[in-house]
Amino acid sequence: MSSETTAPESGSERVGADTPDVEALYERIEDLESTVDSLRDDGPKKMTIIATKGSLDMAYPPLILASTAAAFGWDVTVFHTFWGLDILHEERSAELQVSAVGNPSMPMPNVLGALPGGDSLATWYMNREIADNGTATIEELVETSLEMGADLQACEMTTELFDYDHDDFYDGVTTDVGAATALQHMADADVQLLV
Amino acid sequence: MTTEIPSDDVTTTIDVTGESCPMPVVRTKQAVDDLAVGDVLEVLATDSGSVSDIDGWAASVDDVALLAQSETTADGRTVYHHYVERVDA
Repeated sequence: MSSETTAPESGSERVGADTPDVEALYERIEDLESTVDSLRDDGPKKMTIIATKGSLDMAYPPLILASTAAAFGWDVTVFHTFWGLDILHEERSAELQVSAVGNPSMPMPNVLGALPGGDSLATWYMNREIADNGTATIEELVETSLEMGADLQACEMTTELFDYDHDDFYDGVTTDVGAATALQHMADADVQLLV
Repeated sequence: MTTEIPSDDVTTTIDVTGESCPMPVVRTKQAVDDLAVGDVLEVLATDSGSVSDIDGWAASVDDVALLAQSETTADGRTVYHHYVERVDA
């Protein structure tokens, strides 16, 4: 019996002693709620693509995704490295080639594609298809992507490796960036792709 | 999706016939940026993928409502009509 009568007393004592902590807890909950709200409302989606290929067929996917994502209002970063740099190279982007060999989908046998002029023939064929189908050119897609706010970046290490000059790239291309910049964007991105 | 065409309500028309993916969506987005809230843009396209693409795009962005999509065929060529309204984000 005596423990029953003392229990409420010790209980009320405990509440009394803890009151400042309860207030602190309420503050902590408010802090956490505002943190959760800020995490929920983290602005537009982000996409980062690493573009490593410089053949005509492989130049299209990153540019099509970049321009479309920009139309969605996403923050878009495309980090161009190795042969992917040619996509940003004003002169070379107009002369991208298709390889006739090693692509079973090409409408010519590999043995023909391996002959001298095979790549030129495959490239001529693809350029004709691009023109006939109203497919945008690489130049058009690069300029449209830049216009729409996509951040097209040229890897500095491969720019130097290939002996390219910053002036060789389209106006608006971001230069002087490296792997750490790419990783930083990838870590923040909702979509990350290596092409 | 309704096929009703609110022709009287059209503020601006863009013609992307002959252009293929991603240009119908990209040009639509660029044109919408020049509209005021309440304006209606008509997009004419021949890319059959534009029906799904513009629908998906409009559903994903806050400041656009897709009012209608329809198609007309003349001389064996099908043209897809898309009507999007600029709305408050």
